Amino acid sequence: MSAVPTPRRSEWAGPPAKDIVTAYGFWMFLIGDVIMFASFFAGYAVLAGGRAGGPGPADIIELPNVAVQTLCLLTSTLTCALAGVMAERRRMAWTQLWLLATGLLGVIFLALEIREFSHLIERGATPQRSAFLSGFFMLVGCHGVHVVAGILWLGTMMAQVAVRGPKAYVQRRLSAFMLYWHALDIVWVGLFSIVYIWGSIT
Amino acid sequence: MLGRLDWSAIPLHEPLPLAAAGGVGLAVAASLFWITKRGHWGYLWREWITSVDHKRIGVLYCILALLMLIRGLVDAVMMRTHQAVAVGDAQGYLPPDHYDQIFSAHGTIMIFFGAMPFIVGLMNFAVPLQIGARDVAFPTLNAASFWLTASGALLVNVSLVIGEFARTGWLPYAPLSETSYSPGVGVDYYLWAIQIAGVGTLLSGVNLVTTIVKLRAPGMTMLRLPMFCWTSLGANLLIVAAFPILTATVTMLTFDRYLGFHFFTNEAGGNPMMFVNMIWAWGHPEVYILILPAFGIFSEIFSTFSGKPLFGYRSMVAATMFIVVVSFTVWLHHFFTMGAGADVNAAFGIATSIIAVGTGVKIFNWIFTMYGGSVRFETPMLWSMAFLITFVVGGMTGVLLAVPPADFVLHNSMFLVAHFHNVIVGGVVFGVIAGYTYWFPKAFGFRLDERWGKIAFWFHMIGFTAVFVPMYWLGLEGMTRRLQHVYDAGWTPFLYVMAAGVLASVAGTAALIMQLAVSIRDRRDERLRDDLGDPWDGRTLEWGLPSPPPFFNFAQLPDVSGEEAYWSIKRKAIEQGELPEEPDYDMIEMPRPTPTGIFVAFFSTLIGFACIWHIWWLVMVSGAGVYLAFVGYAWRDVHERDVSVDEVRRADQAARAPRAAALARLVKEGRT
Repeated sequence: MSAVPTPRRSEWAGPPAKDIVTAYGFWMFLIGDVIMFASFFAGYAVLAGGRAGGPGPADIIELPNVAVQTLCLLTSTLTCALAGVMAERRRMAWTQLWLLATGLLGVIFLALEIREFSHLIERGATPQRSAFLSGFFMLVGCHGVHVVAGILWLGTMMAQVAVRGPKAYVQRRLSAFMLYWHALDIVWVGLFSIVYIWGSIT
Repeated sequence: MLGRLDWSAIPLHEPLPLAAAGGVGLAVAASLFWITKRGHWGYLWREWITSVDHKRIGVLYCILALLMLIRGLVDAVMMRTHQAVAVGDAQGYLPPDHYDQIFSAHGTIMIFFGAMPFIVGLMNFAVPLQIGARDVAFPTLNAASFWLTASGALLVNVSLVIGEFARTGWLPYAPLSETSYSPGVGVDYYLWAIQIAGVGTLLSGVNLVTTIVKLRAPGMTMLRLPMFCWTSLGANLLIVAAFPILTATVTMLTFDRYLGFHFFTNEAGGNPMMFVNMIWAWGHPEVYILILPAFGIFSEIFSTFSGKPLFGYRSMVAATMFIVVVSFTVWLHHFFTMGAGADVNAAFGIATSIIAVGTGVKIFNWIFTMYGGSVRFETPMLWSMAFLITFVVGGMTGVLLAVPPADFVLHNSMFLVAHFHNVIVGGVVFGVIAGYTYWFPKAFGFRLDERWGKIAFWFHMIGFTAVFVPMYWLGLEGMTRRLQHVYDAGWTPFLYVMAAGVLASVAGTAALIMQLAVSIRDRRDERLRDDLGDPWDGRTLEWGLPSPPPFFNFAQLPDVSGEEAYWSIKRKAIEQGELPEEPDYDMIEMPRPTPTGIFVAFFSTLIGFACIWHIWWLVMVSGAGVYLAFVGYAWRDVHERDVSVDEVRRADQAARAPRAAALARLVKEGRT
């Protein structure tokens, strides 16, 4: 093979471009956020047996509702990625359109979650009923609050894209938002598997 | 309108907190009056409050920490003097209710608002300078982190006069901290203060990890990083990995208290031991978050004041990263008596003993760094050498406590209290005071007075020994911790010695304040002035800058070609008898100042306060305020200001002049 020696000066050329630094920092933040979710997952797992004579996972899970929720969130990841592709090509009208689709899917997801929670509360399955339900509402609710924050951020971003256009800092923020939205999706996959699927088969 | 807040929240019947609050209030009012009278508000607002300069923010962190360390010391004085006069028939001067708040506040303030801000402040100040960067990765976020920490500190101190503080210790163990046993607002003050400050710390960790990994100057490879940067990297990785656990745990307890959830309650399937597990899954890494940067400070000082490179640099890096990983596998040693069984206890006991190996490596490296060096006994070095001894003692007693059968006897005793003070005071506090003395001239352009520094050192040394040596003994004798009343009159002599010891520490602290005052008075004196920017004959990049450095730090980013970046540049300049050539100056972009940080923190403080007192409309309004502060920041179109080539050149030439003169002197004396 070629015998070109690697230059010794491949050491460290200094700080990379700003978008790389921003993305790296945002990854660090997301790692922290995921660890926080991990703590709530751990809390849920520890308390899953603490039902105090109340309902267990199989009694409270409405799989059809969750299936539609999952569909919404996974699709919103696709639309979010499409918005990213369009932003990269500086086609801001398309970017806005896909962002809007992402936001709407997020809102549907939230509406379904609120429906699920209110059904449970009507049936007396409140977080105050048992430790299991406390862990359930906290874990799922924390994800829901993240989606709310994401939609707020999304709306603000759309306003900024409309006013400022494809400036470098707007692009950086868009890419951070996309990392955030994808992370929410990954957390949901964990939630879906551990809380809902595992819960409905045990 | 004001939720649960009414006049009964003000402790009108208790003279002590009211007098203290009155004193603090007077001091604050006097400072505000002085600032107004001298017309300093504009300067303060522009240069400090809205500053995003990492050096300024670092200094602010350290000022907050110094104030809170003094506040925590006052609590310590009250505990030690109270116990000394509460033996047998005597009841002391603090009722149980008040005493419990004092030991809780002491621990909370010392760890979260004394030690942590000091460590974060020193990292903020020194890390960008040492890696050759112009600022941290996210300067505005950095300002927000500081102000959020200050918010937390403010809430804890507000609890002194409005309501009460927690009586549940520095970690509010459930179920004692649940509403059924702690119905007042004390635990709520704790939760909101810690939550808000914790978010600040997490963001600061994200920021510093990114800074160290991504913003190093050209040629500054990871294995050329100064030791302090390595230990800072370790500590900040731990912050990112551990603080979210604290956030989650505090949130769970908050929901238990506010909405009747059952995470940690006795009833409905709740699990109080889960609180203890989770809080220590954060809490044990936390002690390494505190001590690792202190290890870094000592490494810099041992090497500088011995005139030698750090012994075993790479083994030091390995030991640091080893500690980072293993620190997550030892948390259960905080509650061997939980009843997890012999196998689990043995596993955690062994892990705990193993983590001491990493520290042992470091201790030997520091000793070998001094060996054969020309050691200078200036105050930073005195603190460092004292640390070697105190930390070995503290570490040994820690390994002793790591043996589960021994822990069953010693847990919850004064032996334990002596142990962790031995490592945290003898490690972290000595470390931050050494670091403060070491970097003070870099921050302000003059050194701290040596004479008062030595007086402070010896008083603290005497106080430290007199408090904690008898405490070990009392623990072995069977005295438990947190006693408001001491039943065994035989312990009185020890309690007297400890009370005298804490007074010596007060004298030492007074000497530190005196040192600061004297040094500010004599700052232009030849003895203290630092014209050259290199008062200790330093080896890392910050000593190649003038004191204080310009706000952009480096006129041209350094090109690093080996370990001890500045030492090689300095040796070369001395050998050749001249400075390196003037670089081609370029325009520099620096971040613009912004009040975002203080706005966010202001509204966060209100959110915390309003939640504590159930003033829900204020929570909404302040939440909107936080959002608007973010949007206001996001809507700026110009994020940087340009520093002109002329300004850069002028600053650099002014910095080169004294160095050139010093070199010329050396050439004349024939020492090049």
